[in-house]
Amino acid sequence: MRAIITVIGKDTVGILAKVSAKCASHNANVIEVTQSILQDLFCMIMLVDLSKLSTSFATLADDMAELGKEENLSIHTMHEDIFNCMHHI
Amino acid sequence: MINAYDILETIRMIQDECLDIRTITMGISLLDCIDSDIDKACEKVYNKITTCAKDLVSVGEGIEKELGIPIINKRISVTPIAIVSAACKCSPVKFAIAMDKAAKAVGVNLIGGYSALVQKGFSAGDIELINSIPEALSCTERVCSSVNVGSTKTGINLDACKLMGKIVRECAEQTVDKACFGAAKLVVFCNAVEDNPFMAGAFHGVGEPDCMINVGVSGPGVVRAALAKYPDADITEIANIIKKTSYKITRVGQLVGQLASKRLGVPFGIVDLSLAPTPAVGDSVAHILEEIGLEQCGTHGTTATLALLNDAVKKGGVMACSKIGGLSGAFIPVSEDAGMIDAAKSGVLCIEKLEAMTAVCSVGLDMIVVPGDTPADTISAIIADEAAIGMVNSKTTAVRIIPAIGKEVGEELDWGGLFGCGPVMPLKTASASKFINRGGQIPAPMQSLKN
Repeated sequence: MRAIITVIGKDTVGILAKVSAKCASHNANVIEVTQSILQDLFCMIMLVDLSKLSTSFATLADDMAELGKEENLSIHTMHEDIFNCMHHI
Repeated sequence: MINAYDILETIRMIQDECLDIRTITMGISLLDCIDSDIDKACEKVYNKITTCAKDLVSVGEGIEKELGIPIINKRISVTPIAIVSAACKCSPVKFAIAMDKAAKAVGVNLIGGYSALVQKGFSAGDIELINSIPEALSCTERVCSSVNVGSTKTGINLDACKLMGKIVRECAEQTVDKACFGAAKLVVFCNAVEDNPFMAGAFHGVGEPDCMINVGVSGPGVVRAALAKYPDADITEIANIIKKTSYKITRVGQLVGQLASKRLGVPFGIVDLSLAPTPAVGDSVAHILEEIGLEQCGTHGTTATLALLNDAVKKGGVMACSKIGGLSGAFIPVSEDAGMIDAAKSGVLCIEKLEAMTAVCSVGLDMIVVPGDTPADTISAIIADEAAIGMVNSKTTAVRIIPAIGKEVGEELDWGGLFGCGPVMPLKTASASKFINRGGQIPAPMQSLKN
């Protein structure tokens, strides 16, 4: 199972590192990362493989949301299927 | 990887435009619970519901978390209780109590199916059930009721219309302390559908499998936001934008239904292609019509814009899912839609316009508050009018009106939450009693002779 983690917020030093470290602590493998900065809004999209996840999906999603709160970022962890179904015929 | 723009669009739809799955409804057949001993039958009903639906809420919450999309309601619909209770030959209120208890045990917020199908006449159990509706809805919290009084094939049972006028009033009278809420849990249908996932009118038809999962989607805010990006598009283009948006919304419904069905080990029934509003800001069907170009919903042009919206929603949704059913179309419940509430309060939206709107959208006169002194015969006549629109146009229509006991035009009823609040809307005061009291059956129209 793969999920997409999106991180949106004000650009600061070390966002990628913090999110990746959180993924590693749950044994979620980062497959692909794209990031861009529009004006000073940071937007990162991360594709992660959860097949060897050491915790549950819900714990990972909650932890990411918590990290988002701490760093003043909006972080969403969602199953890739919702994007695939909505945007592909 | 998926296009970044698409990912951000999905997140915006959910976060900013109120995209959600309105309901996962489990339909459960109670035909194997029939027993001439009412207590035994009720025990079987309770056991069957709590067995089939024991994981419904937890599975729903799991899917919600994984996909990151809110699933607002988890609900249950059951076989019309008039069929299940017929052999008991007594008041079926105990069934309502058993249903309520089962709904609380599994954690669903509403359970539908305290229903009777009397479009061609009353059979054993029907009259007892209908007469018990006011008591059943006032002594339970989560039970919803519906009665089908007509169809294109059979015509309209005018005796049932007469009876239901009285019952609607009694439901309101017996729940005055709860802002007449009893009447908000009762729907009178023409051409009722057997796989509707939406309350209060959901029941599990006898032609359905033993247990199944139906899904109702939502998303008026997403449609309005999509249209807002094209202020100068012509109306054909508007229809196309609605279709594309509806496709995306419905795909999510299909995905949620498939996942729920797999995890619960229950067949997947249908997706109801619907735009169901809530009183929340940015979740209004009326605001879509206003985005298309009306100063306020209810003015001239409302019927045409709603017809276009309803049709485009279906066309977009059809390709997005494998099986379609339920009511499928835009809903126009007055008290549950911020734009409709405003339009009704300002007087632009009146009951006559709502009646015209029901001829081109998915349901009927829904969540409309009427003066407390409205006679039962007038309510019966409203039911008959609405049933006639459904019968002639081969579509589902319904009446869910709430007589605001002790209140008049200018006042309002407020239930809060998803049910919202509604201003008391004026009705005609001339009587239809003679017509209603004639009784009998309005014959089926020529449209019924299709064979």
